[in-house]
Amino acid sequence: MLTLECPYCGVKADETELAPGGEAHLKRHGPGSTDEEFDGYLFARKNPKGVHFERWRHAYGCGKWFLAARCTATLEVFGTYPAQSTKPPVDLQARIKLKRPGWEGYK
Amino acid sequence: MAMKRYSVFAIAREAMSYHMGWQRAWAAPQPRKKYDAVIVGAGGHGLATAYYLGKNFGLTNVAIIEKGWLGGGNTGRNTTIIRSNYLQDPSAAIYEKARSLYETMSQDLNYNVMFSPRGLLMLGQTEHEVRGYKRTVHANNLQGVETRWIEPAEVKRLVPIMNIEGPRYPVLGALYQARGGTARHDAVAWGYARACSAMGMDVIQQCEVTGIRSAGGKVAGIDTTKGAIDCDKLGLVVAGHSSVLAELAGFRLPIESLALQAMVSEPIKPCMDVVVMANTVHGYMSQSDKGEMVIGGGTDGFNNYTQRGSFHHIEETVRALVETFPMISRLKNLRQWGGIVDMTGDRSPLISKTPVDGIFVNCGWGTGGFKSIPGSGWAMAELMARGHSPLAEEFSMYRFREGRFIDESVAAGVAH
Ligand SMILES: Cc1cc2nc3c(=O)[nH]c(=O)nc-3n(C[C@H](O)[C@H](O)[C@H](O)COP(=O)(O)OP(=O)(O)OC[C@H]3O[C@@H](n4cnc5c(N)ncnc54)[C@H](O)[C@@H]3O)c2cc1C
Ligand SMILES: [Zn+2]
Repeated sequence: MLTLECPYCGVKADETELAPGGEAHLKRHGPGSTDEEFDGYLFARKNPKGVHFERWRHAYGCGKWFLAARCTATLEVFGTYPAQSTKPPVDLQARIKLKRPGWEGYK
Repeated sequence: MAMKRYSVFAIAREAMSYHMGWQRAWAAPQPRKKYDAVIVGAGGHGLATAYYLGKNFGLTNVAIIEKGWLGGGNTGRNTTIIRSNYLQDPSAAIYEKARSLYETMSQDLNYNVMFSPRGLLMLGQTEHEVRGYKRTVHANNLQGVETRWIEPAEVKRLVPIMNIEGPRYPVLGALYQARGGTARHDAVAWGYARACSAMGMDVIQQCEVTGIRSAGGKVAGIDTTKGAIDCDKLGLVVAGHSSVLAELAGFRLPIESLALQAMVSEPIKPCMDVVVMANTVHGYMSQSDKGEMVIGGGTDGFNNYTQRGSFHHIEETVRALVETFPMISRLKNLRQWGGIVDMTGDRSPLISKTPVDGIFVNCGWGTGGFKSIPGSGWAMAELMARGHSPLAEEFSMYRFREGRFIDESVAAGVAH
């Protein structure tokens, strides 16, 4: 079972306690953007086989949204961090790079 | 490769030589330097695409490249439900085309795919569901897809092992498609591979595509673990790996890859000769020819490429079915497995041109693309050969941008 640590309440939560929310750090496009940008924001996804930054909600716990870095090819969890982050924390990125030397980095 | 036909006479003839004279079912070639068209992915959709490129358009300088083995993706992992009772017109057209091609597939391919149109029920277990399915019946009648609404007494007559009284989810009737059913999934892949090989195409297994080359916005070829291959046209038909191939080609798709699981029970005596889907409780069941109860449910929620699903989903699926089928509570589970399904936002597929000239995608069949294999191959081949296809028209990847969704989230309600 997938276990993620909620960065707010510190609980190590089983996936039955959590609700997945898809890709994190999407740049929001709205009025004034091109159709392509809006389409990209709403629908196009990286969906990588490997390192993935994603949104989760501690649905049956504190109820808050948070972010996680996880490998979709092995289910290894690299870490979790607050939803207010605009990009993955630098130390987390470094830790991922150590474990996945071939990783292209956060883009 | 010249191939001998399978027939009852062939069995008698081979019996004379102790069955030592059977040929390979398909050739195992090494890739050539260049093909007119290359298809990536030897699942049902990739193989059917190649087959119809040859059969309908005479294009046989074609290779099908597969990183694993034939049908080792979702084509060999699904629960084999075939039906065409969708809601929207473009879906009805392609799913019904596929279902009708399944009727004669064994004869067309000279390969027994064990198509069994045993009848299929989608149970109405809430007022909402009843209304939704009655609407589907009306839509299907207008589309020329034969379905009807049946009352609880007829459901009980068709499926005596079912408890229709509830208490939580009484069966209020069912959407019934008499010519829906199942087929042998591996045989579909093997039958197409054999037919493609017989037309002179190269089916190449154990060969992973690692790069896609293009020049001036047009496709030039691919790099593989067995060397570089040039091609004029490239079809990406890789289901759960579509985003990975799109990334190699330099664009993004409206797709997310999720794990979907299924399981079979120990084999038991024949007890249910139709397929039953219960979408409210999120489970479905049929009985295989070997006697196993084949059971499936919903997908996991998070991006996943491991072909391993979450344990709690198995429990959820079985728990859901026990009220309606009390007898399964005593069955032992024999096997469980997972596949990686390619989900789109509107639960409809993409059969489409892409931002790169000469590259086409066929994906997004998600939890329900076994039933559509022949229709999808038919449309994709036409799109690749002619540049447009009436059956594929509405399934362009650009429909999201244009707001022309083909919403099948109800028809595809439970994953099948
Ligand atoms: C558990 C489960 C139950 C299902 N039940 C049903 C059902 O009852 N009815 C129904 O209609 N549908 C069902 N489906 C859905 C159905 O199985 C799929 O929609 C369908 O099989 C997809 O076929 P495909 O040919 O597109 O993909 P696949 O069969 O997955 O083929 C894609 C192939 O591409 C290959 N590939 C990937 N990357 C590369 C690469 N880089 N290079 C070379 N090759 C590559 C893979 O190895 C794979 O063999 C179910 C799916 C699952 C997982
Ligand atoms: Zn919490």
